[in-house]
Amino acid sequence: MNAGIAQLQMQFRDYTISLYQQGFLDDQFTELKKLQDDGSPDFVAEVLLLFFEDCVKLIGNMARALDKSTGTVDFSQVGASVHQLKGSSSSVGAKRVKGLCVTFKEYCEAQNYEGCVRCLQQVDIEYKTLKTKLQDMFNLEKQIVQAGGVVPQVDID
Amino acid sequence: MAKKPLFFFLILCGSMVIVVLLMFSRFGRSKEETGSCNGEARVLYKHQNVTRSEIHALVSLFSDSDQVTSFECRKESSPGMWASYGITCALNMRLEKHETTESFHGRRVAAQCFIPDGELPLDLNPSDLSHSISSAAHMCDNLEQSLEQPKEHKNVEEGLDWDLLSYLRNTWWCLILGILVCHRIFVFHSKTPRERQEKVYLQEPLAQKKQQQCSQTNSRGAGKWRKNILLLGVIAGVSLSVWWFWDTNEEIILKRRETLENMCDERARVLQDQFNVSLNHVHALSILVSTFHHGKTPSAIDQKTFGEYTERTNFERPLTSGVAYALKVPHLKREQFEKEHGWTIKKMETEDQTLVQDCVPENFDPAPIQDEYAPVIFAQETVSHIVSVDMMSGEEDRENILRARASGKGVLTSPFKLLKSNHLGVVLTFAVYDANLPLDATEEQRIEATIGYLGASYDMPSLVEKLLHQLASKQTIAVDVYDTTNASGLIKMYGSDIGDISEQHISSLDFGDPSRKHEMHCRFKHKLPIPWTAIIPSGLVLVITFLVGYIFNEALTRIATVEEDCQKMRELKARAEAADVAKSQFLATVSHEIRTPMNGVLGMLKLLMDTDLDVKQMDYAQTAHGSGKDLISLINEVLDQAKIESGRLELENVPFDMRFVLDNVSSLLSGKANEKGIELAVYVSRQVPDIVVGDSCRFRQIITNLVGNSIKFTQDKGHIFISVHLADEVKEPLNIEDAVLKQRLALGCSEPGETVSGFPAVNALRSWSHFKTFYSNESHNSDKIKLLVTVEDTGVGIPVDAQGRIFTPFMQADSSTSRTYGGTGIGLSISKRLVELMQGEMGFVSEPGIGSTFSFTGVFGKAEANSSIAKLERFDLAIQEFKGLRALVIDNRNIRAEVTSYHLRRLGISVDIASSLRMACTSVSKLGNLAMVLIENDVWNKKDFAVLDELLTGSKETSARVPKFLLLATSATLVESSEMKSSGLIDEVVIKPLRMSVLICCLQETLVNGKKRQPRKRRNLGRLIREKQILVVDDNLVNRRVAEGALKKYGAIVTCVESGKAALAMLKPPHNFDACFMDLQMPEMDGFEATRRIRDLERRINKKIASGEVSAEMFSKFNSWHVPILAMTADVIQATNEECMKCGMDGYVSKPFEEEVLYTAVARFFESC
Repeated sequence: MNAGIAQLQMQFRDYTISLYQQGFLDDQFTELKKLQDDGSPDFVAEVLLLFFEDCVKLIGNMARALDKSTGTVDFSQVGASVHQLKGSSSSVGAKRVKGLCVTFKEYCEAQNYEGCVRCLQQVDIEYKTLKTKLQDMFNLEKQIVQAGGVVPQVDID
Repeated sequence: MAKKPLFFFLILCGSMVIVVLLMFSRFGRSKEETGSCNGEARVLYKHQNVTRSEIHALVSLFSDSDQVTSFECRKESSPGMWASYGITCALNMRLEKHETTESFHGRRVAAQCFIPDGELPLDLNPSDLSHSISSAAHMCDNLEQSLEQPKEHKNVEEGLDWDLLSYLRNTWWCLILGILVCHRIFVFHSKTPRERQEKVYLQEPLAQKKQQQCSQTNSRGAGKWRKNILLLGVIAGVSLSVWWFWDTNEEIILKRRETLENMCDERARVLQDQFNVSLNHVHALSILVSTFHHGKTPSAIDQKTFGEYTERTNFERPLTSGVAYALKVPHLKREQFEKEHGWTIKKMETEDQTLVQDCVPENFDPAPIQDEYAPVIFAQETVSHIVSVDMMSGEEDRENILRARASGKGVLTSPFKLLKSNHLGVVLTFAVYDANLPLDATEEQRIEATIGYLGASYDMPSLVEKLLHQLASKQTIAVDVYDTTNASGLIKMYGSDIGDISEQHISSLDFGDPSRKHEMHCRFKHKLPIPWTAIIPSGLVLVITFLVGYIFNEALTRIATVEEDCQKMRELKARAEAADVAKSQFLATVSHEIRTPMNGVLGMLKLLMDTDLDVKQMDYAQTAHGSGKDLISLINEVLDQAKIESGRLELENVPFDMRFVLDNVSSLLSGKANEKGIELAVYVSRQVPDIVVGDSCRFRQIITNLVGNSIKFTQDKGHIFISVHLADEVKEPLNIEDAVLKQRLALGCSEPGETVSGFPAVNALRSWSHFKTFYSNESHNSDKIKLLVTVEDTGVGIPVDAQGRIFTPFMQADSSTSRTYGGTGIGLSISKRLVELMQGEMGFVSEPGIGSTFSFTGVFGKAEANSSIAKLERFDLAIQEFKGLRALVIDNRNIRAEVTSYHLRRLGISVDIASSLRMACTSVSKLGNLAMVLIENDVWNKKDFAVLDELLTGSKETSARVPKFLLLATSATLVESSEMKSSGLIDEVVIKPLRMSVLICCLQETLVNGKKRQPRKRRNLGRLIREKQILVVDDNLVNRRVAEGALKKYGAIVTCVESGKAALAMLKPPHNFDACFMDLQMPEMDGFEATRRIRDLERRINKKIASGEVSAEMFSKFNSWHVPILAMTADVIQATNEECMKCGMDGYVSKPFEEEVLYTAVARFFESC
């Protein structure tokens, strides 16, 4: 049993580190985790949920704004959404999404339609990937907790 | 605008010259005129030998005796006019046909005389008067001419002259005025766009090109305009000069003509006068004949008497060559007559007049038979040969006789060659009538009454010659006299061919015979001289014009070039400024942009170093990390430099504890110093107040920089000594109490043994003397203090040739320095600028091989007595604990001992100093109740210590306290010191550099042994913001949640809103929020705008509270509302920061939150609560 927990913990640690190393997450996620304590046990999950909801909404917005069939492309609308998304992603430490948002924003300011569309697709893929990865991580956490273990603090530095 | 005074000066000069010339010419002219007039008058009086009264008498005589003509001459003095010169002439002419005209003219003359012409009195001078009077003696034609013509002429001319003068002056003033106005306009026009442009330069570098072009065309246009004006001016000058010449020349010619006229008229009049006088004499002779020859019977005159009489009275008729009397003999009486006289009437021989000299009347043929004869009966001796010649037989004479008796006046013949003399001459014939002829007799009656004829021959050439001899300026004038009775053929009676015929004046002569006309033609003998008076002034004007034109042209060219240069320079300046701004912006941007990824690099390197690395890899990673850190600090420095250069850096003014800052610095740098084995010492004079007001960060930066440099350039030995004094302390060298300073001033150069480490160092004194503001007693501001900070090291020193440039950015002592010691050389430059911002100066002295000493001054504010900053509490506690204790410092170096005692004094411990253990032994007995003994490592001596130990512990067995022994050691001697400690010889080892915290720790450990201090609660964020009401404004849900979570974690009560508007509503006073975190970029109303509005709102409420409109209670706790608003921003760049401050925010935190950042930002606001 203990060995199982240890293994899970090990797995969790490795997985988390890999997320950092692959650039999905950054320090801000660590900070976020620090904020989670007994007072708000599901803080991270809650924030992430909000973030992903935000993502769905904003990406939807941008997709509509970039839809040529409706007529003109509203770059300012896209820009506003990208900015929002960038803010959110930097708050939760979704590093890759944030990086994409930066590029996206530049395209948007340059009114580069092709670039925008490409970025939008990438952002879509990226946030979904992140979501999956984080879900995996939470699952691992849950398993550890269910197994009666303690979720280890992963020190990235 | 240096051209302006030049311009005015030139105009002034020009106008002055012109005015002077005008006055000169005018003055000269008037003088000339008066002169000439007076001259004429004199001539008249002299040569005519007549005065007014004489003429008057003569006229009255004539009118009385003869009844031929009658004049009435009245003299009137008219009051208020030109006094007694007013003359009214009323002329009554007997000749009816002339009467009306004459009187009319006369009246006109009178009228003209009465013209009140106060301005020109020379109009009416005696010459005019005498003209008029002398003319009055003659015929009315002359009178009219002489009185009216010259007068009118003169009047007009003078008036014209006057008009011209004033006109000229007016024109000149107008011209000046015009030029001034033009100049003003020009200045205005050329100035305004430039000013406008200059403003634009600074604000809009983009628009400047356009503006420049505009201004260029402007100035070019202005230049052209000026050139045109100059050209106009020159043309005007030239035309003025030409006009002047023409005018003056014309005047000269006019005057010459006038002179000619005057002279001619004068000559004509004189001739007339003389002729008339002699005519009168002949007339008188005729009366004589009629009286004595015909009126008496027998006749009282015979040929002999007549000849004699006439000969003797010839002086009265100087112009006549001879007179003769012929009797009217009708044919019927011829025989009787011939019989009576004994000769026959002979015919005049006109054919052979050449032989007139030896003609004998007897040879003449007897006169042919005619109706009547006029045989000469009496003749002057000179013409006695014509006795018995019949005058009627000569063609001329006959006609003359007929006319004479018909008119009753003297009648002249046309000129003919006189008998004998062969000169041209005229014969004057008077008829002699019966005495009983009535006054108004008809022609027939006259003819009837005629009894004889008196003839006189005039020799014209001699007459004129004689006359002209009497007159002045006969040399200059040539005179011709013509008989013009026959209009087609002029007969020249007198004259020569010399002279300039082009200008001649014709005066008519009247010899009293209306049927004969004579003229006098006058001309100058010499041609008109070159009119220098006209040429010189006009030439001067021309020259001046050209000179002024040239000067102006030069000036304009110069102005143009200068303007062009100025333009170029302005352009270059603008470009340079733009480049500078661009540089600073670029630096700021690039620095910022580099910092962000560098943080990534550093973070990653840190991570890397935490992983399992072998030694080599670790070394590489550490090197990379170190380099990255250096890079970051360099970038920060560059940012500082850029900020200072662009003047954006402003110093804070907050109270701080200088000693604490120095402690910080020394603790920060102690690691490095210890590594190198350098002793680091800090000393602050007692006179320096605990708390000063200034920018602690910048002060710290300067100190860190200097000390960092010193550490860098000091090799494994010696010391670095930071000392702070008041500048005033140094000013009065005699009253120095401070031991450290005293030592410094006393010695020219610190000698070995007198520095902290014993190694020689350069005395800072020399650099102080270079400070300009140091010794000056300027504005002794009571709330400001000037600090003098000195950092002394025993490093390599700065080469003498490099000392001049070490404050230049990026200049190190030499290029090898950076290779050997690293660094960029920007630190000193920044420090110097920072010092300058603190109104101080920085200087140094350095000697290669010995070391360098940097000094700087800085002005700080004195903190108000009650505004103590939050001193760290634990220190306060410690100080309470240590207060009143006594310590003995045993150190062989005075300064080092002073430094140690300074630190002990800070804790309230009183200090005694002994220079060695032995000395301490002797003094220790005197010092009772010692709490501790601090022994410098250098003086440690086991033997002596044993004595001292014995002394202290042994003697004080009874006392409760045994002094603790502390050893002062550097890190280099740490090992042996630790051994000593463990061996129980000493109680504690204090590692230098000394600083308060270290000292407190050590002392507490030794003195308060065993008494466990209560672990103090960490002052963390939680305490600060627990239970605080905080408003978070962010449109981003995720961000909001994160912020909320972060703040809640520290116990704050968080309220979230999602827009600026909502925030506005929440923060409308009264409210309960203690702080607000505001996102900047929000739709609708962004953070800036929301903050501005909130501040507005607060201001209004505060005003109301202040004015008592609203009670403060109603708005709860505060008297004035000011909720701290902190911006939340993702990109922390300077511009955003400034913008935040501008719109009333109190600070900013970077997003996403980090504990430290949040703490520092919030600490400011909640610490006081």
